[in-house]
Amino acid sequence: MKYNIGIDIGSTCAKTVVLDGDKNILHRLLQPTGWSSVETAEAIHDKLTELGVDWNDAAVVATGYGRISVPYADKCVTEITCHGKGACHIFGSEDITVIDIGGQDTKLICVEDGMVKDFIMNDKCSAGTGRFLEIMANTLSVKLDELCELASHGGGVSISSMCTVFAESEVISLIGRGEQKQNIAFGVVDSIVKKVATQAGRLHLAGTKVCLTGGLCDFEYVCRQLSAALKSQVLTHPDGRYAGAIGAALSAASIKK
Amino acid sequence: MSDYVQMWKDLGMDLETHDLLCQVLPTAVGDVYLTQENRPTAMDFWDLVISEVHGIRPAELIAAQKEGRKVFGTFCVYVPDEVIVAANGIVTGLCGGSQFWVPDGETVLPKSTCPLVKASVGARLGRTCPFFRIADMYVGETTCDGKKKAYEILGEDVPMYIMDVPQMKREKDILKWKDEIAEFAKKVEEFTGNKITVENLAEAIRVINEKRKALQRVYDCRKSECLPISGRDALLMTQISFFDDPVRCAQMCNRLADELEQRIKDGVSVVPAGTKRILVTGTPLAVPNWKLHNIIETSGGAVVCEEMCTGTRYFENLVDESKTTLDEQFMALSERYMKTNCACFTPNTGRIDDILRLCNEYKVDGVIDCSLKFCCLYDTEKYSVSRALKDAGVPVLSLETDYTDTDAEQLRTRIGAFIEMING
Ligand code: SF4
Ligand code: SF4
Repeated sequence: MKYNIGIDIGSTCAKTVVLDGDKNILHRLLQPTGWSSVETAEAIHDKLTELGVDWNDAAVVATGYGRISVPYADKCVTEITCHGKGACHIFGSEDITVIDIGGQDTKLICVEDGMVKDFIMNDKCSAGTGRFLEIMANTLSVKLDELCELASHGGGVSISSMCTVFAESEVISLIGRGEQKQNIAFGVVDSIVKKVATQAGRLHLAGTKVCLTGGLCDFEYVCRQLSAALKSQVLTHPDGRYAGAIGAALSAASIKK
Repeated sequence: MSDYVQMWKDLGMDLETHDLLCQVLPTAVGDVYLTQENRPTAMDFWDLVISEVHGIRPAELIAAQKEGRKVFGTFCVYVPDEVIVAANGIVTGLCGGSQFWVPDGETVLPKSTCPLVKASVGARLGRTCPFFRIADMYVGETTCDGKKKAYEILGEDVPMYIMDVPQMKREKDILKWKDEIAEFAKKVEEFTGNKITVENLAEAIRVINEKRKALQRVYDCRKSECLPISGRDALLMTQISFFDDPVRCAQMCNRLADELEQRIKDGVSVVPAGTKRILVTGTPLAVPNWKLHNIIETSGGAVVCEEMCTGTRYFENLVDESKTTLDEQFMALSERYMKTNCACFTPNTGRIDDILRLCNEYKVDGVIDCSLKFCCLYDTEKYSVSRALKDAGVPVLSLETDYTDTDAEQLRTRIGAFIEMING
């Protein structure tokens, strides 16, 4: 197959990757998921046609929470499997622990010999997910990257609430008390890092490489704090947020048509 | 179910609200059951019972009450049916398994109570379940804290008897449970007006043992590589066995087992060869809670066994039938019941042994350990369950859920990923 296409429809962004027969990345697409995953899937289809994808010589695997909304997919594979596969490919290792902090969930995936061995998923509440950081950045009237930048200069504040709604009012009262923004930002990032580290404690991280994928992997500060909390160097990669889509495209490559 | 309206009225039920339940249940049955292919024909009995779940059996119970028999409602597999049956009483399970009843339960219970307890209390207080109206006496037990406290509230509305279940399994606890059974027997005699004798207790022990053996026969068929029945169907059979007459239950299960044994001989399987075999373990799945099985079996897995109170914990181990005095019989009952491994006990390593044994017996590829939200006992035990399974090299997925459908897609992702994982 000349075009192996992976489409990862997440809660906030849809990521698409096209691999050629030799697993080289031909195209990457990134767009907001918007209200309708079905419309997003159509828009992706149009875009790929524009880019010259020959649909007669293409295999498509969809993943992510909107995976069932891609009518032209040959197969749906869960994001756990795809993230595991994709991370192995990106980081060039068959034994790896993947931390994916997504918009609505956080996943920890242990991969051994290129196969998912175990995973933990938090999607019960938004605390500990990318959504939490977004809401807090909003409350502080800063952008996400500014929040991380601010946090790197702060310290001394901890957010104790387990729930996003309560954490938000905690942040508001900190603002009211005149606490410095950078310290609040520190507390916000620290809270998510601690939550992820606690979850990671349930898996066996010993010995394997740890990598961060998903929307947050571009924030160097988050990565540094995670490395400290896990006592292990957390790797990132510019293609990190495409890990799910890459994994899906790799699965597409193994579809026999 | 329209022919039963008068009966429901006589039971003092809230007909308007009950109608809503009558409307949603057939859809649920249709979605989960009737979409399956190649079902054993003997399932027609359970299809009929579930389609008229608030009609057929309640009508039988009311007819029996008119002949002077008493109906006892129970909430736990520790309450010995034999004692009630010996005194010509009737046992019916009363655990609520639908979100439908939860809001009514939440009017009196904390939100952070497990849905099984909330639904059970709600079904009584909301007057939307005939079984909860019919039972002359409820028999509770001191198992988990949520149930203990809920019984106090239910006891204000209906005659309630509480059995004191031990928390440990030392010799003296088995003796204590024997005394509890003997005391319960007195209460049952008083309430039914019938004497419990060595003869009628021996007969009751035999009847309930036969029912256990029949259920076990069906489960034995699920051990076959050629899987003759889906997990959903087997679960329905087990769930209904809590409500049915024990003799008929045994007959129907044996009839189903006959068909399943023939299917195995003929190589008839309900799933393609190579479908991953899943053992589910954890908190009970009270009728009509089919959510977990349905998701597993529509995500490429097959449930081959339930290590649950709606599963093996209900029927494994028989009562010794050779005893000749009431005292010995009560002891034999205690010994059998105390073999049930529930997370209410400490330590509860027997449950881990059971799970590992069942993994072998049923040739299991993976275990899904699922507890109801706010059940701290089974939730806590997940730690030792998953450690033991990992040590034994069996993949395990731990889940928590309730009766709502809001987490169905999230469960589907986890369960789908788990099955992809064991498919390799
Ligand atoms: S889980 Fe425990 S308390 Fe609940 S029915 Fe089973 S034995 Fe009884
Ligand atoms: S599931 Fe747990 S909390 Fe709920 S009734 Fe059973 S033991 Fe109690």
